[in-house]
Amino acid sequence: MLGRAYVHSLNSSTVPVGSPILKISDIELRFGGVVALHDVGFTVTQGHIHAVIGPNGAGKSSLLNCVSGLYHPQKGKAVLHTGDGAVTHELTKLPPHRIARLGVARSFQNIELFSHLTVLENLMLGRHTHMKHGVLQSLLWFGPARNQELSHRGIVEEVIDLLSLQPFRHKPVGSLAYGIQKRVELGRALVLQPSLLLLDEPMAGMNSEEKEDMARYVLDVHELAGVTVILIEHDMAVVMDISDRVSVLDFGRLIADGTPDEVKANSAVIEAYLGAEEH
Amino acid sequence: MATATGIHHRTYRAELRLRHTKAEWFRLALVIVLLLVVPYALNTYWLGIANSILIAVVGAVGLNILVGFTGQISLGQGGFLAVGAYTSAILSTRAGLPVPLAIIVAILVTAFIGALFGLPALRLKGLYLAIATLASQEIIMFVVRRWGFLTEGKGYIEVPRLPFIERETFELQWYWILLPITFVAVLMARNVFRTSLGRSFMAVRDQDIAAEAIGVNITRAKVTAFALSSGFVGLSGALSAYYTETVTWERFTLDVSVLYLAMIIVGGLGSIAGSVYGAIFMMLLPALLTEVGQKAGDSIPFITDQLPAIKNAIFGIAIITFLLIEPRGLDRIWSRMKDYVRFWPFRY
Repeated sequence: MLGRAYVHSLNSSTVPVGSPILKISDIELRFGGVVALHDVGFTVTQGHIHAVIGPNGAGKSSLLNCVSGLYHPQKGKAVLHTGDGAVTHELTKLPPHRIARLGVARSFQNIELFSHLTVLENLMLGRHTHMKHGVLQSLLWFGPARNQELSHRGIVEEVIDLLSLQPFRHKPVGSLAYGIQKRVELGRALVLQPSLLLLDEPMAGMNSEEKEDMARYVLDVHELAGVTVILIEHDMAVVMDISDRVSVLDFGRLIADGTPDEVKANSAVIEAYLGAEEH
Repeated sequence: MATATGIHHRTYRAELRLRHTKAEWFRLALVIVLLLVVPYALNTYWLGIANSILIAVVGAVGLNILVGFTGQISLGQGGFLAVGAYTSAILSTRAGLPVPLAIIVAILVTAFIGALFGLPALRLKGLYLAIATLASQEIIMFVVRRWGFLTEGKGYIEVPRLPFIERETFELQWYWILLPITFVAVLMARNVFRTSLGRSFMAVRDQDIAAEAIGVNITRAKVTAFALSSGFVGLSGALSAYYTETVTWERFTLDVSVLYLAMIIVGGLGSIAGSVYGAIFMMLLPALLTEVGQKAGDSIPFITDQLPAIKNAIFGIAIITFLLIEPRGLDRIWSRMKDYVRFWPFRY
């Protein structure tokens, strides 16, 4: 059998491992009278899988939306570090597409794929920030437009291989099974060559076998490419197993932040989320 | 490479081609031969209809780029056709620009106006956007009707016949002018949707929030889509100005916008080929109905008396029937037919 090593790095961050890559501080997000996030702040370290957990409605997705620019918090900021860690970008002031250009890629809780397009087209769209979009070149096709399609195909095929999506390459994603769609969404975020990967419940609604597969893919991405991951997940076993650090939200407030073991022992967390023991 | 198990590509380059199998090349050759033979097989009347179809195809492709591919409903088609027609007519009759240059400028002007009227799309979606584009249609109509400067107060612009066109071979010569232009325009539109630009349009249509999150600048994508679409529409309008030799506002009313919308819906939203099929269908059906009506009218006088009304009714019924049978249009019907032949004698 012919083997070939992947030639494209999936990680575009050059921040040294162990330095902070994302600093979230004092974020407050309100929708009218509803306070979705109140003074939330923590730091994500380069090379970590950083889990964010909490009961439904705790504000986990809202927090992720603040980081990726879909929501603009009334107070506080999220600062991304790039380069050697010294260059900073205030994400809370940027529109989503500019944040994506900085290498922040994400998946969504409810799958948000381009359902009429094929898996391949969805993944190629993940390369959007790396591609040029001239109208004349596109009309002509021959020349730059075609060369660009060909040159970006390499990394897309590597991600297809990594996530075992080969059988579905030319299928419209709308027709695929739920678990596969989740994987395509992960792939679409990966081809961006992220500096920071935000995964919003990548294992929601899956059976345990599919969960294991997905956890394996996330670990592959993290261990092989060294991508820093912020992971929102409900499955405690998965979270405690694979994450380096855990932040716990409850009713829009940060109630704990630490290693999985510290969090597991935290009384506030036990009460809010894991369930208090009977005495 | 096509085998019994499917199409297998050896290179990415080969996969990106528009046609892969011998059957596809054969069908293309057949269409080309047909297009080359058509002008000699048809009489002047039908050749005139063929020419109208060629012009309509360009306009329908333009509208489909916006509505079918980018998901931005537009009722302003008639207005943009008018911008193309008036601009090119004024430039070549009064500013004395050579016709090809006047057409190119008309395309650019229509693209600009289209982008301008596309700005509401940055905040509006769906039916609300439809109303906003309806306003753009009415605004353009108002301007071309009331602004005396455009027609020098005559209410219409007379465009002189192109110098090399003879009266006897008018339709034939026009056919040879329009065919290559339409062919290239359709091919270019097809090209856009195998590049990142076209994909970003479709991303905006399917899931705009996710498109933003992966780095598509939605503002830019929408405005570009409006400009690109209007460019095609402007070309269609400019061609119609020289072909019909008069430009009047009556040919660009809301009816025209709706007719074009019907073309792309019947043909297939989000399909370049569908726009072509839809334009052919919508332009051919009235002519065929007239033909049949006149034949039938010889024996039943009632039909001759009521022909326009009957024509409209049958036209409407035909469209409804099509949409009921296949909401995704003629393009989908055609691909189902191809699949049926390909898998025969199996069902799938």
